[in-house]
Amino acid sequence: MDSPIGYYVLCVCLVLTGVTSAAPQIEQWHTENGVKVLFVAAAELPILDIAVTFDAGSGRDAELAGISQLTHSLLNAGAGKSDADAIAEKFEDVGAQFSVSVAPDRSNVTLRSLSDEELFKQALSAFITVLARPDFPEKDFLRLQKQALIATQEAQQRPGEVARRAFYKAVYTHHPYAQPTLGYQHSIHKISLDDIKKFYHQYLVAENAIMAIVGDIDIGRAKLIAQQVSSSLASGNKPPPIPDPKPRRSAEAVHVPYPSQQAHVYLGQLGIRRGDPDYFTLYVGNHVLGGGGFTSRLVKEVRVARGLSYSIYSYFLPMRQPGPFISGLQTRADQAQQAVQVCLQTIEKFMAEGPTAEELALAKRNVIGGFPLRIDNNRDILGYLSLIGYYDLPLDYLHTFTHNVAAVTREDVREAFARRLQLNNMVKIIVGGPQKK
Amino acid sequence: MKVIKIVVPLLCLVAMSSVYAKTAATTHAKTFANGLKVVVKRDQRAPVVISQLWYRVGSAQEHNGITGVSHVLEHMMFKGTQKFPSGAFSDTVANIGARDNAFTGRDYTAYYQLMENHRLEVSFELESDRMLNLVLSADDFASEIKVVKEERRLRTDDNPRALVYEQLHATAFTNSPYHHPVIGWMNDLENLNLEDVKRWYQRWYTPGNATLVVVGDVQPNTVFQLAEKYFAQLPGHAVAVGKPRVERPQTGERRAVVRAVAKLPYLMLGYKVPSLATAEQDWEAYALSVLVGILDGGRSARLSKNLLRKKQLVASASSSYNVYARHATLFLLAATPAAAHSVTEVEQALYAEIKNLQETLVDERELRRVKAQVIASEIYQQDSVQRQATVIGILETVGLGWQVMDEYSARINAVTATQVQHVARKYLVAQGLTVAILEPSTNEPQTITTP
Repeated sequence: MDSPIGYYVLCVCLVLTGVTSAAPQIEQWHTENGVKVLFVAAAELPILDIAVTFDAGSGRDAELAGISQLTHSLLNAGAGKSDADAIAEKFEDVGAQFSVSVAPDRSNVTLRSLSDEELFKQALSAFITVLARPDFPEKDFLRLQKQALIATQEAQQRPGEVARRAFYKAVYTHHPYAQPTLGYQHSIHKISLDDIKKFYHQYLVAENAIMAIVGDIDIGRAKLIAQQVSSSLASGNKPPPIPDPKPRRSAEAVHVPYPSQQAHVYLGQLGIRRGDPDYFTLYVGNHVLGGGGFTSRLVKEVRVARGLSYSIYSYFLPMRQPGPFISGLQTRADQAQQAVQVCLQTIEKFMAEGPTAEELALAKRNVIGGFPLRIDNNRDILGYLSLIGYYDLPLDYLHTFTHNVAAVTREDVREAFARRLQLNNMVKIIVGGPQKK
Repeated sequence: MKVIKIVVPLLCLVAMSSVYAKTAATTHAKTFANGLKVVVKRDQRAPVVISQLWYRVGSAQEHNGITGVSHVLEHMMFKGTQKFPSGAFSDTVANIGARDNAFTGRDYTAYYQLMENHRLEVSFELESDRMLNLVLSADDFASEIKVVKEERRLRTDDNPRALVYEQLHATAFTNSPYHHPVIGWMNDLENLNLEDVKRWYQRWYTPGNATLVVVGDVQPNTVFQLAEKYFAQLPGHAVAVGKPRVERPQTGERRAVVRAVAKLPYLMLGYKVPSLATAEQDWEAYALSVLVGILDGGRSARLSKNLLRKKQLVASASSSYNVYARHATLFLLAATPAAAHSVTEVEQALYAEIKNLQETLVDERELRRVKAQVIASEIYQQDSVQRQATVIGILETVGLGWQVMDEYSARINAVTATQVQHVARKYLVAQGLTVAILEPSTNEPQTITTP
């Protein structure tokens, strides 16, 4: 299912990567109207991928939760006087794929096309039309608003999603990251077509965009394409940054009764922002704690030793402002308290002792040895370009990744976990099982 | 995993053929004396390689009482051998920076490692060892069966749409092994024991029942030599040929209702259709794949265009067909009604779409668009060594052969509008139809158990 959770996990995988010397050669420049572009030439397959990333995620929704998602969904519902049917045909006649995705921190508008000149020309023309000249037809707005309402209901029939929403609410309270990307029933009802147009004109502008291109073209052609796309975007203003979230001063435990067989558990708190100096230390440390699959402590304790959960993990999700630290599991409802105890004890012990020398060495070998897998296809490279460009990470981010991983020490990990995590302030969400007496 | 969605999205077929030459694959195959087949496809885009070991066993080999045993065995395969005892397998994989996992379907169980190309030998050493030397202990089983039951709760029991999918198959298939779910019935999981798992392992895990698929930046000859070293000497035993278990002819439409905790209704239709492996004339399977594309190949396809946008009867609708199933399978349609529309209205609208396909030939432009998307998708698929290996593995395991992958686009391209109409008339008929409907309830529904 394409739940937001899937997005986060994907994000984390991306982020938690390292590079050896095999990292791709990234070219970066700015278009005439100032849009930063990152490009990697990949001549092996006749494919071309483009992603335009805006600071227009759900973190910009304000009181109209869901508006970013709805605005992006409407882009291809009518543009340049073509209706949704005609737009879909323009892309699909040439085998091209258009998609949008919205996360709290950013939104992506992407095109995957064959690189053949004639085919690509048609795909690019359709892409620029939906990106820069959406018509926002009223009948499509009304239709997609109804679909958004159904999507929120669908989310609420999944206990895991109910728990995820409760987790973000508890960690972020009134901060924009607290709101679900899909929005709420009441907020979706409030959105008007004028609000959508206003959101689009405010946020989907050249000053608020970066672009990533990967594929079977040379840099000269990439520059022409980037210029064509960026010059189609309207000019506007870069919005002020989303404010800092405030850390909690106390723990909070939330139990939401739900008629499910399993309880879904989320534990966590505020974590780190993208570019944080502790990033590699926490990434490698978390690999030992709950990011390294069967070699991680949480999997060993919760799943292998006790059979409590199929999935058990932890991760830091760095965002522009501090993103969360999350640990999650699902277990038969009557075992939830036991599983939470095991999970918390495992985290506490790790914070106190840090990893063993063997654990740390294995985690580093895994991350460093696995680095080539992170950049072995065009899609993943595109994801890195968007990430590096959007968060202003150094252009040698991939080239220095394995070096940064190798430099982490046991004491760094222990010290950073002790400083960054506060067991006393953690949020504990359990969704599922009967109402407690 | 269970349903391979045929993504059907092209136009300038002339332009396409030039595109094709560029991606021409180099696949090599070899079979050892013990029956193990090795298929190697070279892809030099990145210094990585994927190694997948496929066993010709999945839930479709299971019978009532032990359903889910193939998948439980897959879990137990990570528990250790004498050479790589508990935890050593995962540590060894982690140590070389590999990503590993496994998956079980109706027709197969497969294990893989994705790694830097020079690490391939480690993967062969581990997989050849656990093919025959797995240590199955009572303690490991006791905790792992709990994990599998949690997996079932997560994926199916608390997921109303998964319940509908499960019930649809259980209703549509009477004696075909596609009747029961891959993960198994909960009652069978509760009563499964270590002996069941051991017997399953001894029966099916043998070189003659396996295919090794390697895709990446490797020299085929080097891979064959390495495979020879680790796999060619493994002792094997004959695997009894499975009984055909051909589904009896369906005698009329079937309906099932699933009342489950949910907020939205949902419906799923399944029509009995041949797969490529069972079709008397294989063009029928390709025509069914095109038919999926006409209905659900992108946003220009009929379900989106007519039901989602024009009539606004559905909040979502989809169609899928597993062309590479070993047994006869289902052509699936699924939909969530839009607000203020009923399941009945949506069901009727789906029938109207089918009727239209039966009565009127699809127009040439629409057909061309579907084919364009198929050809493009086949090229996009080559961006992933994992996806390429998986297609080869499925084709080998269900007995079709990897060559089908290279023919696929050309066969799709040859499908005519008349053939699409033919399969719509022949197979999308009430006689072979099963309908499953989700009726939402807000509280835990009452269940009736008969002790």
